[in-house]
Amino acid sequence: MAATADAVLAELRERVSAAHRTRQALRLKGSGTKDFYGESLAGEVLELRAHQGIVDYEPSELVITARCGTPLSQIEAALAAHGQFLAFEPPAFGADPTLGGVIAAGLSGPRRVYAGAARDFVLGARLLSANGELLRFGGQVMKNVAGFDVSRLLCGSLGILGVITEVSLKVLPRPRAEQTVRLELTAAAAVESFNRWSALGLPISGGAWWQDSAWVRLSGAPPAVRSARERIGGEAIDAASAQARWDALRHCQLPLFDSRVIWRLSVPGAAPPLSLPGEPLIDWGGALRWYADPAAGADVRGVASAAGGTALCWRGAAPAGRFHPLPPVLARLHRRLKERFDPHGIFNPGRLLAGL
Amino acid sequence: MAEADIAAALRTFLPEDCVLSREEERRPYECDGLTVFRQLPGVVVLPRTEQQLQQVLLTCSRLKVPVVARGAGTGLSGGSTPHAQGVLLSCARLNRILEIDAHERIARLEPGVPNLRVSEAAAVHGLYYAPDPSSQVACSIGGNVAENSGGVHCLKYGLTVHNVLGVRGYTMEGEPLELGGRAPDGPGLDLLALAIGSEGLLMIVTEVTVRLIPRPPCAQLVMASFADVHSAGTAVAAVIAGGIIPAALEMMDRKATAAVEPFAHAGYDLSAAAILLIEADGTPEEVADQVREIEQVLRSAGARTLRVSGSEAERLRWWSGRKNAFPAAGRLSPDYYCMDGTIPRRHVGEVLQAIERMEARYALRCMNVFHAGDGNLHPVILFDANDHDSWERAERFGAEILELCVQLGGTITGEHGVGVEKLNSMCVQFSPAERAAFAAVKEAFDPAGLLNPGKLIPTLARCAEYGRMRVHHGALPHADLPRF
Repeated sequence: MAATADAVLAELRERVSAAHRTRQALRLKGSGTKDFYGESLAGEVLELRAHQGIVDYEPSELVITARCGTPLSQIEAALAAHGQFLAFEPPAFGADPTLGGVIAAGLSGPRRVYAGAARDFVLGARLLSANGELLRFGGQVMKNVAGFDVSRLLCGSLGILGVITEVSLKVLPRPRAEQTVRLELTAAAAVESFNRWSALGLPISGGAWWQDSAWVRLSGAPPAVRSARERIGGEAIDAASAQARWDALRHCQLPLFDSRVIWRLSVPGAAPPLSLPGEPLIDWGGALRWYADPAAGADVRGVASAAGGTALCWRGAAPAGRFHPLPPVLARLHRRLKERFDPHGIFNPGRLLAGL
Repeated sequence: MAEADIAAALRTFLPEDCVLSREEERRPYECDGLTVFRQLPGVVVLPRTEQQLQQVLLTCSRLKVPVVARGAGTGLSGGSTPHAQGVLLSCARLNRILEIDAHERIARLEPGVPNLRVSEAAAVHGLYYAPDPSSQVACSIGGNVAENSGGVHCLKYGLTVHNVLGVRGYTMEGEPLELGGRAPDGPGLDLLALAIGSEGLLMIVTEVTVRLIPRPPCAQLVMASFADVHSAGTAVAAVIAGGIIPAALEMMDRKATAAVEPFAHAGYDLSAAAILLIEADGTPEEVADQVREIEQVLRSAGARTLRVSGSEAERLRWWSGRKNAFPAAGRLSPDYYCMDGTIPRRHVGEVLQAIERMEARYALRCMNVFHAGDGNLHPVILFDANDHDSWERAERFGAEILELCVQLGGTITGEHGVGVEKLNSMCVQFSPAERAAFAAVKEAFDPAGLLNPGKLIPTLARCAEYGRMRVHHGALPHADLPRF
């Protein structure tokens, strides 16, 4: 296995070095489940799926290290066998995504604001750089401040700085107890309640709202979950239905996601209802708001900015780019970083930022 | 440029008392918490407002004068060691708490706010700021951001990077910059992650937005002692493998307990090779449950004695010994040198035994206190700074410990930073290409290289020299380590 992995890696290095020499753009690809995500796809496909396998997993260390092509399902199965899991609940879209794709996209599920984002769990990464060198940042330990935190920078970079060939992630034990309750609340009341309950220290691991119902997931020690459940009230949902609900939310499989145009707004967690037409799907206890098919001319970006957040055009025609535009000073820093990590612009050109 | 000219340029827009140029005024700034590195700064500035700070940067950028930022000066790696011809920029006067929003559970802070003051101010809402470096009474939030500071509760509550939502500040060129913010997961690269722990090399932070969390209503401490360090290390792994994430999981070896007990009177088992302090927090029911589980695991892991704090006073007394470990080292020896390597937890016993062998080789004593839950070691090497040979041996002893950490898959610094102190060890942990990547990040933010120059990233020449020197001394440890 090791020899095979080395051979695959050697071949990847060769491909990248050659592309660097000939200035051939490369389109990094795992399972391709997130081809829809990002500004644009360009370049010769560089398949990364073959570089797979769990390199190291010691449950008592709370760390798993795996190659970029490892299917997410394989990692989750290995963790589940020891009662552990990826607490940032990475979303999967359709077929089995790879670990590299999960980290390059940096997306997180319903636990995002309670347990942390993908980047919060990244402990280390290996990067295949433009000139074919293998670089290692971070490591397999919880605390590590040696050098700039490049491994976290890679999380969400959409591959524009190089090929993430290996990742070490912090993992957590599965909560001992979990209970989901449903309450009939308005969107405004739901967001207010999610924040109030969190401030009281209730062990919330999911706070979502759609179609006049607030869904609250409680996770933790049995007594804490029990007393929080009593405090919150509402209708208790059986484990299987609850799981199905949270999975559908995590993987963007609710009916709203069948819409033609979908916007994903990230706002401060306690932001009041936004002045956009239509009912949102709210996640992250209020910090994430999805809108489907907004009326023509609705200024989604303007509304998001006014609320102190940003708007991402998840699906549909993206006016002036899919991602919320960056302020000029940040765009310049992106350009300078890109020029230094990838001087010939071979990695995923234009995927994170137009022209980059 | 002469220091007097720099001071004059700064005085054109700063009040008299914001610019210190007389030697006796600059002297207090010659070092941070790592006192073995001292350098008198060219000029010291203490702006009172963000606008003044921006002006300082614009001026220094124009005059090509290096700038070293300083918070409370409690850092342990020389990260704010001044530049002889540069400006030392103290953020101490930017110390206002700008906002606490109890509902959203965030605080907006100026960089000079002391870490503990945030929790004190949030206490009325039942909230606090989780990262608690041992210097939290004094250390500033700005400094915490620069160092990605930790503390004893990281395993459960994370480091600074997990608790800071956003920063505002300026590039060296004086351009305003905002990274992250109250809305999670903004567009583009995660530059906030880069800025946190960047040791003042990338930007100057003037505002920090942190996450506040509810103070757990109850905490209890379990204290266990072990006959040998190996079984203590095994017990640590067993706790984690048992699905328990305690609020804190600390270990002290016999040398450490012996050093603190005479004046902390914590009640440690002095005959044990090592003790563990494991804290559970949460509601009373949660704590009772977790303490029961912890006791069970420790008993099967071969704990010699096992005690649970029966009162808040007792809990604090047991902690007092741990928290006084460094002052205790000061009583045992004229000077001490605290290391900060991190290793995968499973190697704890092995590393402690290796350190014991090094003690004999370097003829210096070393006590061990550490964040066992995170695998973050704090070996404290006792030496005498008046004896140059003793300091040299201490430095080499420390470097060898860090190399062992790297060899075992760990790192040279878990929470104290590289600063000037660990520049040589950076040569061991990172390849030339990796160090070049760090330099590339630095250039992207600060093309002129004026922000805290000479820290964090060793030059190629330095690493080459370090490699040669170690061979010369004939003491190249771990010859099987890959070299550049």
